[in-house]
This record gives sequence, C-alpha cells and structure tokens, in this order.
Amino acid sequence: MATKTRASSEKKKGPGKGSKKKGPEIIRVPETTVEIVSDSGEGAQKCGQIFGAVCAKMGNGAWTVEIIPAEIQPPARSKAGGSGNRVRFGTEEITNWGDATNLVVAFNEQVLLGRIELGALAEDAIVLLDNKWATHADEDIQKEWQGGLKELAKHDYRIVEVPMEEECLKIVEDPRRGKNMFALGLLAWICDRDVDLIRAQIAHQFRRKGEEIYQRNVELMEAGYGWAEKNLDFRIEVPTIPSDVPKVVMNGNEAIGMGAIAAGMELCSMYPITPATSASHYLSEVYDKFGGVVHQAEDEIAAVGVAIGASYAGKVAYTITSGPGLSLKQEFLGLAVMLEVPLVVVDVQRGGPSTGLPTKVEQSDLLTACFGQHGDAPHVVLAPATMEECFHSMITARRIAEAFRTVVIVLTDANLATGVQPYPRPQLDARWQQAPVSLPPVDENVPPYDWDPQTGLSPQRYPGQPGGMYTATGLAHNAWSKVAYDPDSHQLGSQMRSRKIAVLQQTLKPPQVYGSDSGELLVVGWGSTKGAIEEAVDRAQAEGLSVSSCHLTFIQPLQPGLKEIFSRFDRVMTVEINYSDEPDDPYITDENRRRAQLAWVLRASTLVDVDCWSRVPGQPLRPGNILKAIRQRLEMGAKV
Amino acid sequence: MTHLGCSLLSCGVVDDRHFEMEDYQGAIARWCPGCGDHSILTAMQRLLEEEQLKPEQTVFVSGIGCSSRFPHYMKTYGFHGLHGRAIPAATGIKLERPDLDVFVTMGDGDCCSIGAGHWIHAIRYNVDMVVLLLDNNMYGLTKGQTSPTTPATFPSNTQPYGSYLEALNPLTATLGVTNASFVAQTAEWIPAHLFETLKAAYHHKGFAFVRILQRCPVYTEKIYEDAVRQPDAIEMLIHDDGIHIPDLDEIYKNQIIHDPGNLDEARRLAEPFDRFRLGIFYRNEKRPRYEDLRRLPVRTAEEKVELLNQEFDRYAV
Repeated sequence: MATKTRASSEKKKGPGKGSKKKGPEIIRVPETTVEIVSDSGEGAQKCGQIFGAVCAKMGNGAWTVEIIPAEIQPPARSKAGGSGNRVRFGTEEITNWGDATNLVVAFNEQVLLGRIELGALAEDAIVLLDNKWATHADEDIQKEWQGGLKELAKHDYRIVEVPMEEECLKIVEDPRRGKNMFALGLLAWICDRDVDLIRAQIAHQFRRKGEEIYQRNVELMEAGYGWAEKNLDFRIEVPTIPSDVPKVVMNGNEAIGMGAIAAGMELCSMYPITPATSASHYLSEVYDKFGGVVHQAEDEIAAVGVAIGASYAGKVAYTITSGPGLSLKQEFLGLAVMLEVPLVVVDVQRGGPSTGLPTKVEQSDLLTACFGQHGDAPHVVLAPATMEECFHSMITARRIAEAFRTVVIVLTDANLATGVQPYPRPQLDARWQQAPVSLPPVDENVPPYDWDPQTGLSPQRYPGQPGGMYTATGLAHNAWSKVAYDPDSHQLGSQMRSRKIAVLQQTLKPPQVYGSDSGELLVVGWGSTKGAIEEAVDRAQAEGLSVSSCHLTFIQPLQPGLKEIFSRFDRVMTVEINYSDEPDDPYITDENRRRAQLAWVLRASTLVDVDCWSRVPGQPLRPGNILKAIRQRLEMGAKV
Repeated sequence: MTHLGCSLLSCGVVDDRHFEMEDYQGAIARWCPGCGDHSILTAMQRLLEEEQLKPEQTVFVSGIGCSSRFPHYMKTYGFHGLHGRAIPAATGIKLERPDLDVFVTMGDGDCCSIGAGHWIHAIRYNVDMVVLLLDNNMYGLTKGQTSPTTPATFPSNTQPYGSYLEALNPLTATLGVTNASFVAQTAEWIPAHLFETLKAAYHHKGFAFVRILQRCPVYTEKIYEDAVRQPDAIEMLIHDDGIHIPDLDEIYKNQIIHDPGNLDEARRLAEPFDRFRLGIFYRNEKRPRYEDLRRLPVRTAEEKVELLNQEFDRYAV
C-alpha cells in the first residue's frame, strides 16, 4: 500500500538515549523509501548499498534501486549527473521500488532538483541537504544555491540543512571521500539502524582497502550518527519482525552468478557490457576456488563462440550480455540451435535500440530473444521476476539446455541486475551440479542425431567417445550430420528441433492468477515488473476494482492454459517496460498499432485481443502509474 | 574445467589399435579437380597416421568457405561452424578439453577478413592448437571475390579492374602480435615440405600458425603458376631447428639459413620479397599458454556446495 511518512506520528522520548532535549518526533510507518544522491564519485551508491543491506539484515523487507548517470564522471553539480541509491524498506516483504521517496539525503541542491524533475520525491518528503554551497567561494555557486532554495520552497518538503562538509572536515581532509559515510550515519540514526551491523557491513564493503580505511569510514559514520542525534527532531520507525527463515541479500547479477555456480557451470565466456558486467565481476572474484573460469573474450561474438565450443566438447557453458551483445551473438545462437549444442545466455536488458540507455532498465529484447536468429531457430526464453528467481533460473536453464540440447536465453534487466533484495537462503543440492563428462564408446550404427521421432530428442555425443566421430555442421544435415540439401532432410531436421520445444511446453504448469480467477481485467506481466504489478493490483482491488494479474516465467515456449485463463476476463492487457503506441495516438488504428512485445506474442499464440500498457522511462514502473492505467482501461470496458 | 587424464575406463587398458590412412578418411572430398585443398587433406591424413592419433581424440574445427569443408573429409570429430568464427569455437573446445588434439582450417577470407579479430587475439592467447590458413588469395565458395590476400591489380568479380589494395601479409601480421609462438609458411604443391611443416606445427606446444599457399584452379590459377613451375621462385628457410628436407635441395636451390628462435630476423624475412619463402619463421615454446594460465582445481559437487554455502554466509541476513 502507498504509505506516507506521516501515516502515524507521535512525540516520544528517544529510545533509551537519555537525551537532554525534548525527545524527537517519532514517525512510525510500515514502510518508507529513502534515497541518497550525490555527484558521481562521492560514494552515494556505496552508502545506499550498505544501508539497504543493513535494513535486510535487520529483518526488513527491502528493494534497492541504483541511481546511475551514464558517464563515469559527469560534470559536478548537474541535474543529470546525480548518482546514488534508493532504498525502499518495510516491515513486510518489499517487491518493487514503489512510487516516491520519503526521505532524501542530497550532497548538493542541483542533483536534488534533478531528482525532483524526474518526479522521484513524495510531496511531503523530508530533505537533508548539505549547506556548504551557501558560503562557497564561487559566487556563481552561491547564486545557484539561493536559486535552488527558492525552487525547493515551492514544494511542501521538510528541508533540513546539514553542515555535512564542515563536519566531515573535522575528520578528513577531502570530504569527497567520506561524506557518504557521514550521510550513512545520519540515516542510521533517523531510521534507528543497528550500528554494529553497519560497522560489519562497512568492513565487508571495504574488505580490500585495509584497516585504516575501515576505521576512518566508521568514524565518519559515527560522526553523522552523533550529529543527527544532537540536532534532528524526528526519527522514522519501521518496525522489524525478525524472521526465522534464514535469508540472503544480494543483487540480481550476484544471484545469477551464484546460480551458475550452483548449476555446476564452470565456464562464463563474456565481453564487458553494461549492465551485465557486474555478474562477471562477482564471478571473477570467487570462481577460481570453484574451479570455474570467467573468459573475457575479444568481442561478443567470440564470447558466445567459446561457450558453444566448450558446450560441444563437454559441460554446458554460458555467456552473459546485454542487448547490443545479444544482437551480435545471434548468428552463433542459430548455429547452437542447428548443432543442438546446449547453451545458456543471460541477457541483462537495458534501453535500446542501438546504444540506447546503457545503464537503465527496459524489457525490449523479448522479441529479439525469441526471434532474432535468421531462419527457424526454436529455443527457450525464460524471465526471472525476482532476485531469488535469478538464482534458480540458472539451474533451470542449464537443465533445460542439456536435456533438450538447445539454447536457453535468460532475460533479466537493469532493475534486477543492480537492485538488492533479501530472499530465503536456497537449500543447495549437489545433484544440481553437472556430472563429469562420460565418454563411453558409441555404436557406429547409431547416428549422431539419433532423433526420437516422437520428441525430437537425442543424446549428446562428445569428442573422445570412440566410434562416435561426426562433424557437427551448421549446414542443413540429416541424422548422420551429413550435409543434406534434399527437401526431406531439412524438413525433418527443422521438425525435430521444433518438436523438442513442444515437449518442453507439455511439462510446464499453467501460470497462477494473482487475485480473483475471473473478472473485468487481467494484467499480464513478465520479468522484473512482477512486484509493481501485484502491488498495483492490490491497490486496485482495495478500491473495489475487478482486476487480477498473471506473471509469465516462460516466454518461449509459453506456459499452457493461457487461452483458458484469458477467457475468464473481460479484458486482458500486458504491462511492460517497452514501447507501444497508445490506442488514441495520432495516426494509430487497431491495425497499425505497434503493441508491447509480450502482447504481440500473446495475440499470436492465443488469438485473444490482448491490449497493452507500456512505457520506456528508463526506470522501473511505479505501482501508482500501473494503477492509473488499470483504472483507465477499466473505464474503456470489455474487449475480449 | 574438465580434466580427463585417466578415466576409469581407459586407465591401465592397453590401446593396441593401429590406424591406417583410410581410418582417417571421411566423406569423399568435393573440391574442384586441381584444387590445392586435396593435397593438404592427404598430407593431414598422412600426419595423423604417422602420429597414430586416435580419431576420437582429434577435432577439426573450421569456418565457412571451400577449405572449411575439411572436417567433413576427416574421420575424426569435427565442428563446421560460422564464417570467420572457427577460432573461438576451437578455443572453447580446448579450454574445456585440453586432452583433445585440435586442428583449425580456415581460408583467407575466413581468417584474414571476417575473422581477423579472433586471429589476432588467438595469437596472444597462444592456446595449443594447429591453425592452418589455406590461402588461395580469393573467395572461392562465393565465386570469385577479392580477399585481403588478393594481390594488387588482380581482377575478381567484385574488383573486375583489379584489386585496389596491396595484399595483407598474414606472416608479418602474425609475427607482429605479442605472444606469437609458431609461424610457418609452406605450399601445397610441395608435399614433402607441406608434410614436414604440418608435423612441426603439430609438435609445437602452443598456437601453431601455418600459412599454406594454395592454388585455386578456377579463380586464381595464375597467382602461383610461376612458383609451381619455377623452383627459383621459392626460397627455403632451412635450419637444424627448422625444416630441412635434403631430397628437395636439388630442386630448390635458393636457401637461406634461418634460426627460428630469432624473431627480428623472422619479421625481416616475412616482409614482401620477389620469391616465396617457405619454412619455419619463428618458434618459441616458452611463450605462456592460456589454458595453462587458467588451469584450476577440479572440485567435486560436494566441495562446490560447501564452498557456495560459505559464499551464502557472506550474504546471509
């Protein structure tokens, strides 16, 4: 539910601090959203990451989102250059980034104004702002500061000027290195966070930097905490309910990396690309001890080529990329399908086409993931919706790739990749690991593609198996892998490769409907939007609206039963983060309307007139905006 | 990575199979009559027989083009992949299975044009494999288009008034890349030299790059015509550590003693010259090999689960 920081508020003494002044106002809420924003390079992201991890470790539900400019060092004090982290945390589980921020710590007024222009702040947000700029030596900056304050005064924010720089200078010479820890201390006092946990998290974050750096960061954090305690007259209380379920907290890329390890995959062949690369960073740090290799290839094409070569010769290998990389890999993906070599491809989606929005979320690779190869190249496309699903999707992907001798594309996105969420600690199973490749002799009378005519499935054969020599070829071939241009061979090969996907589809379960299983509107989503869609559905139902939702994990093949589920609703629409024309846009008719990507697929496969509502803001969708779309579509009436 | 040194199946079991040349012969080669690829195929089958390589432990990897049909004509494992992309696939095979003998065959379009990026980086990786550039100076399978090694002014279907550019020199290019470890040049019409060069490449531990001058009877018949007819057009690099075939001394009288350990001299000799120089230009087995640099412990499933649980402890709430 939407929650304002003023949901309940009372005055009481600070918790056992023996404060001499009158105790601070306690704002008690079931959840709140905090963000810290600075110029790039001032460490706001690190501060937010630590704060989010501490919230999760204290037992709160949490979801963090990075605020990232595209450049490494954009100009200082610019509206577009803001960098930081936004943490939504609550008593219960948090499934998405929510609507707006309730509490902001900003290192300068320009990055704050940038966030306001993006509509990031709640109307009644509390703002803590470094006031060093008021007395800055540069008169232009002083003028900007004054102008900024006037702008801020037009809103209903509660603004607290904090001498962050001045206080930090008491401890360090260069406050650009350390102000983030002071800010962390401010937030820690305001939100009553466990200081021991914060110290431990600082130690983890700076584990490669040495004791001195750790000590200084702790000192700065404690200074912030102390300043807040002495000077602030409010605290925000988000109760925690300690859970007896053991949990882990990580971002989606780390979950992908750990999932790959849990799945027994030992070769990640990649080329650097945002926002996928951090998964390789994680793997590079730990993979050696698991006997695994991150191979940084010379380009995206080589990266997938090396993975396919390794899969052909032994264990299933994988590659991690983003949209532009996926485009470059397409020819090789078609080859893997043709050779029936298992392969796992993770596509961490970002805004496109072309270089697009390299650091920002979009779900616009769905169609290219399904249909990007030339020719007919049937394969599997999965879409995890949470950090937990990122982990498990790698185990599923490897098993499907191997059992069905095909390509499995796992579609995540920048929202999952960089967001942090706690989830139940997986119970690992040694059976998820791949067995060593066994190389028994092969009967020379058995062809290398010994297709079961019913299922299209055939056992994979590896170099080293005596009697089994064959040449895998991307040319049309018969069961003996002999080049065959005759009409029957290509028909049969195509049929066998396609049949496998139907067999997989028959093993899948229908998706679950969230909410009532029939009604006026069904919202269908996929990937990282799940939490936001379900929160919007909850709110709509609370308003008395007849709406449910349904989230798809398998995009290709689609899970069974969709047509039947859709038939129970008057209207079906997808909600996605990719572009679609609105029905009332100029020139747009029902015939020429370009729909959101899942909507295309669902219309084609179910013959249901599936509508869509989609946006490409370079940000996750907000539950409040989805709710508005739900209301608007319901006003339009039935359409099935 | 997988390491299959001694499996329970093969350990201690004497493999007394003897392989004849026919045991390495796959499908009937469908290259044009007079194509130089036939003689390269024969030399390769002879090499496998002489070395008694196990067919199942040998993989031929190729791209797309006339020469890339090579794996189909061998009775070993084969990987006939994408145009220009033989090397990445071969690298993956070798990383996963260092126990396999890997041979790569590419044409000049494959290696020097569409796949040039992979070629350059593979030299640097120095993964242990034999890499053959079957260089007929032309795109053959697509019917006569200028390739990077087509001589200047030589006409083709895409440059009918003659190639505009000077030909790329695959030898200087390879020798110029950091970590080059074996570079040789031979010609398919001198079978004894071809065989000895392939053999030296096979025995080299590292990325063994061999450019094979190869006649195309359809599109580039003229290019090597003089060299085939006039032994004076050839200059042999000979050395105790290189290749020296005394039987050829009578025919190829232009000889130069070249120590394959001398990189500077190798680079000088690889520069354009009025004769084709054949032999080992450079060999250095001390260069680091990528698969050795990345060699890692082999973990059991249980060990990995234990280690991953320790990872989860770091991220535990």
